[in-house]
Amino acid sequence: MHYSFDIERGNFTDAGHASASVKRTLKQLNVEPASIKRIVVALYEAEINAVAHAYGGKIDVEIDPEKIVMIVADEGPGIPNVDLAMTEGWSTASPKVREMGFGAGMGLPNIKKNTDELKIDTKIGVGTTLTMTVYLNA
Amino acid sequence: MILKDIIERLNLKCLNEANLDAEIKGAYSSDLLSDVMGNARSGQVWITMQTHKNVTAIASLKDIPAVIIVRNGEPDADMLEHAKEEDICILVSTEPTFQVCGKLYELIK
Ligand SMILES: Nc1ncnc2c1ncn2[C@@H]1O[C@H](COP(=O)(O)OP(=O)(O)OP(=O)(O)O)[C@@H](O)[C@H]1O
Ligand SMILES: [Mg+2]
Repeated sequence: MHYSFDIERGNFTDAGHASASVKRTLKQLNVEPASIKRIVVALYEAEINAVAHAYGGKIDVEIDPEKIVMIVADEGPGIPNVDLAMTEGWSTASPKVREMGFGAGMGLPNIKKNTDELKIDTKIGVGTTLTMTVYLNA
Repeated sequence: MILKDIIERLNLKCLNEANLDAEIKGAYSSDLLSDVMGNARSGQVWITMQTHKNVTAIASLKDIPAVIIVRNGEPDADMLEHAKEEDICILVSTEPTFQVCGKLYELIK
């Protein structure tokens, strides 16, 4: 099964709606709660990053019996140093974003912890694509 | 202790009634959203001073039954609307985080 969602530029208010929709679908498919919990954490963090640090983008989710693959592709500045970005506590979030409670530098580490595979493709001045895989019933 | 009793004992104002009979075994206090995303557990009450719609988005994703807003914070209209749709109890305390956490800890520790 395949699902797509758009991530609107600058729209914090609706960020999370893809994660909510995927959560509902996984529940209907009777995926075990522990996997659903990990999946929604990873997808939400990726969704928010595409709004907070880039100019929106697109989410593609592919669900099959063994695994879920979530691809979050944004148009944005890219990540100059991925290792640094993966470090807990590192953040370049703007003051506005921090005021909302984002910018702890915990999003990417949360994604890493809650996925079985994480691939980050990023190009300066073009954008960032996260490919996140979680194996189901594992 | 169930949520209804916590509301009474902590003298909380309830802006959206939901999950009143939920058994509350723990709570998580943080204003950093990714901290809550990574570390709060389902069924816990979330104590925060954040008042925007991402709070209810996270509460819903994490199966958090109730949010306590400290120091008389006022939730944004769209947060309250979303709380109604997602059945999340929205509570407000007149007191700051430290006092709310201390009292709640005494009740459910
Ligand atoms: N999609 C992206 N495009 C550009 N830069 C990004 C992107 N995602 C992350 N980054 C960079 O990596 C840093 C760390 O990201 P991470 O999600 O871990 O923390 P954060 O978003 O700053 O804060 P938090 O997620 O805790 O609210 C960001 O501050 C930003 O510099
Ligand atoms: Mg982030």
